[in-house]
Amino acid sequence: MANFVVWVVWLAAGLACLGSGVAVVSFTNPFFSALALIANLGSLAVLYLLLAAEFVAAAQVLVYAGAVMVMFLFVIAYLGGQADAPWAGGPTWQRWAAVIAAGALLLEIVMVIGFKAGGRLSDEADITEAFGSPAQLGRLFLTDHLLAFEITSFVLLIAAIGGVILGAHSRRADQVKEVEALQRAQEAARV
Amino acid sequence: MRGPDVTWYLAVAGVLFATGSLGVLLRRSPLIVLLSLEIMLNGANLALIAFARQQGDAEGQIFALAVMAVAASEVVVGLGLIVALARRNVALDVDKLTTLRG
Repeated sequence: MANFVVWVVWLAAGLACLGSGVAVVSFTNPFFSALALIANLGSLAVLYLLLAAEFVAAAQVLVYAGAVMVMFLFVIAYLGGQADAPWAGGPTWQRWAAVIAAGALLLEIVMVIGFKAGGRLSDEADITEAFGSPAQLGRLFLTDHLLAFEITSFVLLIAAIGGVILGAHSRRADQVKEVEALQRAQEAARV
Repeated sequence: MRGPDVTWYLAVAGVLFATGSLGVLLRRSPLIVLLSLEIMLNGANLALIAFARQQGDAEGQIFALAVMAVAASEVVVGLGLIVALARRNVALDVDKLTTLRG
């Protein structure tokens, strides 16, 4: 019975995951794409829970579906969701090349999984209750993977600084544009 | 409790990755390209976590958390670039962004 429930949850989450993934790529309005991505991240968190990755699932919902997606939605609201139909202007050679490249990538992944790993993936390791708990991950992060942990903090710091610099530069460009417009208006008034 | 084995999760991860790559290659709005990039990263994350479960080794989950941090940084820089482009009144279309072309 428990097996059946796991299969049903897996099927629902997997289908929701793939469906919302296709929706992100095919929606015309970026706002709807972002909402579909939130659904995608939520269903992925369910799959992570099925794989005994409780902490990663929680972080996924908090960091991704929470913080990152709110930032996305703010930017889309700020820019005004410009429509961009995926097939506008008919199929060009670029579109065909994109579809063929993505199909080739999928074929490659399936072939590698099927040929290289097919038979050996069916047996799973036995795990304890503590597998994937915050305590275990925290211990790994602060012992074996301390360097990776510190480098991650640097990456985040650099990204934050980069975001501030990008914002400051574009603001200066705005001010230059405003000053120029003001000067032009003054000259026009003088003439 | 025995559900689907790891191969099924890997299949979902592979299809997600291919869907994301299709979006990156096909769409021209930089916002949707970024969203599709997130799908690709999440496909890779799902594969990492599936292998972590199969091997019984939580280091795959550590790797997935690092990928999440990198993805958050990438979104910050990418959205910063898009906002800077929009403020300069450049068309938000990756086919038309040719300023850096030599």
